[in-house]
Amino acid sequence: MLNKYPLWKTLMVMFIIAIGALYATPNLYGEAPAVQVSGLRGVEADAATLDQIKAQLEQNNIAYDSIALEKGQVLTRFKSTDSQLKARDILDESLGKQYSVALNLTPNTPDWLANIGGTPMKLGLDLSGGVSFLMEVNMKEAMAKAKSGMVSEFRSELRNEKIRYRTVKEDGNAISVIFRKVEDLQAAESLLEKRYRDLLFKTDEDSLTLKATMTELKEKEIREYALQQNITIIRNRVNELGVAEPLVQRQGKKHIVIELPGVQDTAKAKEILNATATIEFRLVDTEGDLANALNGRIPASSILLTDRDGKPSLLKKRIMLTGDHITDAKSGFDEYSRPQVNISLDSAGGSKMSNGTKNNIGKPMATVFIEYKATDKKDAEGNIIFEKVEEIISIATIQARLGKSFRITGAGSQAEAHNLALLLRAGALIAPITIVEERTVGPTLGAENVQLGFKAIMLGFAFVFAFMMFYYRAFGVVANLALGANLVLIVGVMSMIPGATLTLPGMAGIVLTVGMAVDANVLIFERIREEIREGKSIQQAIHQGYEAAFSTIIDANITTLIAALILFAVGTGPVKGFAVTLSIGIITSMFTSVVASRTVVNAVWGGKRLDKLSI
Amino acid sequence: MFNLRLKETVAFMSYRKFAMIFSAVLMLAAVTSLATNKLNFGLDFTGGTLIEVGFEQAADLESLRDVMTSNGFPEAKIQFYGSSSDVVIRLGLRDDVKAEMLGNQVLDILQSNTGQNIDMRRIEFVGASVGDELAEQGGLAMLTALICILVYVAFRFEWRFAIGSVAALFHDVLLTLGLFSVLGLEFDLTVLAAILAVIGYSLNDTIVVSDRIRENFRKLRTGTTEEIINTSLTQTLSRTFITSITTLLVLAALFFWGGALIHGFATALLFGVFVGTYSSIYVASSVALSLGISKEDLIPEVIEKEGADQEEMMP
Repeated sequence: MLNKYPLWKTLMVMFIIAIGALYATPNLYGEAPAVQVSGLRGVEADAATLDQIKAQLEQNNIAYDSIALEKGQVLTRFKSTDSQLKARDILDESLGKQYSVALNLTPNTPDWLANIGGTPMKLGLDLSGGVSFLMEVNMKEAMAKAKSGMVSEFRSELRNEKIRYRTVKEDGNAISVIFRKVEDLQAAESLLEKRYRDLLFKTDEDSLTLKATMTELKEKEIREYALQQNITIIRNRVNELGVAEPLVQRQGKKHIVIELPGVQDTAKAKEILNATATIEFRLVDTEGDLANALNGRIPASSILLTDRDGKPSLLKKRIMLTGDHITDAKSGFDEYSRPQVNISLDSAGGSKMSNGTKNNIGKPMATVFIEYKATDKKDAEGNIIFEKVEEIISIATIQARLGKSFRITGAGSQAEAHNLALLLRAGALIAPITIVEERTVGPTLGAENVQLGFKAIMLGFAFVFAFMMFYYRAFGVVANLALGANLVLIVGVMSMIPGATLTLPGMAGIVLTVGMAVDANVLIFERIREEIREGKSIQQAIHQGYEAAFSTIIDANITTLIAALILFAVGTGPVKGFAVTLSIGIITSMFTSVVASRTVVNAVWGGKRLDKLSI
Repeated sequence: MFNLRLKETVAFMSYRKFAMIFSAVLMLAAVTSLATNKLNFGLDFTGGTLIEVGFEQAADLESLRDVMTSNGFPEAKIQFYGSSSDVVIRLGLRDDVKAEMLGNQVLDILQSNTGQNIDMRRIEFVGASVGDELAEQGGLAMLTALICILVYVAFRFEWRFAIGSVAALFHDVLLTLGLFSVLGLEFDLTVLAAILAVIGYSLNDTIVVSDRIRENFRKLRTGTTEEIINTSLTQTLSRTFITSITTLLVLAALFFWGGALIHGFATALLFGVFVGTYSSIYVASSVALSLGISKEDLIPEVIEKEGADQEEMMP
């Protein structure tokens, strides 16, 4: 029969819309004030932390709605912002510096919805308020450092093999080594070619020069490494800022995006992001008396430092090695599958390490992490005062004379080894980064944007609803139903996709989709009218209308989708949000205006004898 | 039954000479304005710092200017934004001050010199390199979009249609850019997004028209190419109008109630939808016609298609 859908098809359409509606519902529940406690530097909040928080809150008579441990974070929800703020202050003070305590707004999604993965849409910074930074890694500097590192490596390689050379120097993009004798040149070439498979070597026997250039792959590797390293460092620092749900993400070849929702004090955020960290290796002062030192009698050649848990140790003042000699640090396992950290040094660092350890085998060596942290205080000129924070991150016994690469075992758990490696790398920041873009949106503007966007969507809807009803009568109602289903689907899909973020231009995208989505129905309805005028029966007209309009709708939508996808590829932030809603809207609108509207039309008018159609 | 349908076929194509001259004049004006006035590029492209602050009462721009000048920012551009208590301050890139600190510095100056409680609404800082990259990327994006669309339309229809639709897109983009240049409106990232949306919209229209022309070439046995194009344009005219009306309705909602941040976006789209509608009638079709599109170009598929049609008609 013409214009009748089989039952399964109708059910499927209803099912898809129902799923969309289901996942759209978390957006209706609003948010509750919460405090989020998470561990710093690899420490994870656990059941003990949870109990501690509970005890603290009860002791101070702060009522909370719920408290839960999730993914190494403790989330406590409150009824009011007042108790949220009070709890933050109390927890911040009592938990100590292993934990960051952040204010958060958590969705009030009911458990049954959350259990099936229902979450509200993520709001962009222009709607939620907060700050976003774009940081650029100085790749020139990264390459320069890599090259000068290689120059000194070449020198020590040649020296070790007793190959005599005249000079090793950077030569534009290459490193050139000049020799005195052809034999040396040849020996050097075969040696270096074996050691450095990612370099291209060229010899010129007339000028006795060996030229080494990096392969494209190697250059890419260096850039990639510089970027990854910076991301790791920034993640670590951002965690210390105490921001709920921060985002640190690479963008393109040399940029890092940092989004800190809810942050208003951008000055402090910037200082922390720009803060410098370094590593120092020092010998532990085993002769000095720790008890005396704790009472203030510190030997002249020593300093007193503590580790993360506050356990003090007496260290030699003389620094054995600084972190800028570290070229890499990776965590792994030793032969007994205990966690370990492998450290590589540049050649200068290698000889320093070798000299420093040769007479100290069997003695403990401490690794100290030093960071300059911004404080709340300012000096007379209004500059933020930095506080030097020194912390022992590892003490290990020197087992042998150490050289260019060595390892630290017994660092505890695998997580701790990983963390130590991370901190070691953080201390050797190879490529400097600068803030190249900053966008801060205040909370009032954010809230205003939400309101404006919402109003524009509602008004746009109302206008189109009214017009379609007026112009197409009963079929207008069908188009409006499709339009409503489309909005529900857009919101549902936006909520389902984890990466999709709603922004103000994104809301404009929804408004625009509303206007353009009816186009498909207009095409179909106009076609039906035409067919009726040409004298076809009502059922034939409906059938033909949908069939004939279909290819046009597909063509028109695909081309718009091309434009939207390109926008998605090049756009960032809010503009990307526009591309996201536009793309989703185009796809869902094809479904609702062609398939869903047909389902309604078939159910109401299909298969009946009709003389007139309200179109 | 409400109806916007015209009773008789409109001889659209007989006016195409006028339309072409009209379009050419407008495009020439746009190019001239772009060459002389240039585009008023926003912060996204030029780099610099923008600070938007909300005052408790209406702000006095003159005294704000004095405050900024006496604190070492004589070049600061200060304007109302949306309302009289909402002020935007723009600063160019400077070498002497750490640019990323400028926003907070200005905020402090205003706070201590106006005696009003100031609400920081937004601070934007864009470095010089970012702006350049963005301008390059934006241009590239538009070019890529045009090429992809050209290829798709050529593949689905015919190369003459493809050239016609891309000519229409070029026309729309150029005129929209021209409008922004003539009126000196700020051209920022959201406007770029709007222009890409205009491309999408205008194309939508063009495709619907081209689709009908193709269909009529196959269906109608008589008539010259020009007549068939006229018939097709007439048949699709009501749809063109209705879709334009619904789109303009929602855009009006954005333009009047969407707030200042979205104003440029809405302006570009409003204008773009107008010219997009016009260009799908007069630019796309008449370019295809001038390039000599004819029945034969679309004939090979006819036999197959009509057969399929007939089968479907049988109950």
